Amino acid sequence: MSRIIATYGRLLATAMGQTLLLALYGLFFACIIGMIVGIMSVVRSRICRFIAAVFVNLIRGVPMIVLAYFIYFGVPYFWNTILGRGGMTLTALQAGSICLALNCGAYMAEIIRAGIEAVDVGQMEAARSLGLPWWRSMVRVVMPQAIRMMIPSIINQFIITLKDTSILSVIGFPELVNTAKNVVAATFMSFQTWAIVGVMYLIVILLLQWAAKALERRLKYGT
Amino acid sequence: MGHKDNVMIHVSHLKKSFKQLEVLRDISLDVREGEVVVIIGPSGSGKSTLLRCLNRLEEADGGEIVIGGVDITDKKTDINRVREKVGMVFQHFNLFNNMNVLRNLTLAPVDLKKQDRETAKQKALEMLGRVGLSDKADAYPRQLSGGQKQRVAIARALCMLPEIMLFDEPTSALDPEMVGEVLDVMKHLAHIGMTMVVVTHEMGFAREVGDRVLFMDGGLILEEGTPEEIFGNPQNPRTRDFLNKVL
Repeated sequence: MSRIIATYGRLLATAMGQTLLLALYGLFFACIIGMIVGIMSVVRSRICRFIAAVFVNLIRGVPMIVLAYFIYFGVPYFWNTILGRGGMTLTALQAGSICLALNCGAYMAEIIRAGIEAVDVGQMEAARSLGLPWWRSMVRVVMPQAIRMMIPSIINQFIITLKDTSILSVIGFPELVNTAKNVVAATFMSFQTWAIVGVMYLIVILLLQWAAKALERRLKYGT
Repeated sequence: MGHKDNVMIHVSHLKKSFKQLEVLRDISLDVREGEVVVIIGPSGSGKSTLLRCLNRLEEADGGEIVIGGVDITDKKTDINRVREKVGMVFQHFNLFNNMNVLRNLTLAPVDLKKQDRETAKQKALEMLGRVGLSDKADAYPRQLSGGQKQRVAIARALCMLPEIMLFDEPTSALDPEMVGEVLDVMKHLAHIGMTMVVVTHEMGFAREVGDRVLFMDGGLILEEGTPEEIFGNPQNPRTRDFLNKVL
């Protein structure tokens, strides 16, 4: 095991860096998608709610590996060959980030919708009764309370998404699992390599959980 | 009492249904400036719905509602401007849990640019003084008792300098020993000439403070009159039956 760490430690650390980079891009855009779609699913407009529901159900209904192949291979093929426009290429990082953002975004949208709906309607009514417009009431009163309730679920989703980056090894992105496969192929030491990789994921996720707990404590009101 | 003849609230032939259920069948009502109108009646009679129609928390299905000269059943009306002038107090207080008392009171005045931050703060402290909670400015809602929460809620509405105050069963969620402190604040408001519509089960309050009492049942106003008329000599058998049960 020490031989693996000595020889491949840097490589695996770099790969963990790539995993984190991919997760970071994915989560960043997932938060934006989740926020937009989540709010679309609580507004009055039926069209907005319908679009949001279609998006969420579509993404949730397709395994991420299929989504990854579709975005990485399918979309450029559609653009270049079927439409005949040509010139479109997606890097594995781009395709992977889009894939994570869509997938995680759909689940985030559900978390955000549920969070908003969990805030007592009286909060919105009280804000509206004072003359605040819907949007202002949402931003000032409902969202801050919803987000506080959502934090555990959001962190949970972050962790799932971080682990889901491993699925993107199938499109050849040099993240941790993909790199570890190469290490195993070169050394045949699968027990040691996968143990190291497992511990690496574990450490990152425990750190994330610890940070989340600290954040949650800071956001308590009136203590 | 020196009431002016200004009609602050004019409701005519108001109708409201939830799905198949007709909650308000044909409501007509005028409230004059400085008048305190108390609405009583059994649960499910539509009294809360009527109140909530008056600031369009519920949309009317038919009829007309004019608040301070503005027709709020007109889709073109900017309801937010009307709501600034119509304070509402809820059964469950609905204080903003994510803000301390002072922020609860200053949020709307500052956000809607009615007052600058400093003026709003002074006004808020003055209103807190009026409801007897000057020492609670920094407290969060969850640190307050029910009665204190409701008094803060009244102060919050007053910070917008409303011309009308609506009270939706303001004491129904309170422990009995806290009812008095809230009613005292409401009595004070009535005495300084605030136009008020109060839905309540507090018959003592209705009798003592109400200029006019309405009895509602089944989505209709079945009887209205002075407290003496309604409590002393009710005409409608349903009113009599209801009062027998609650008094």
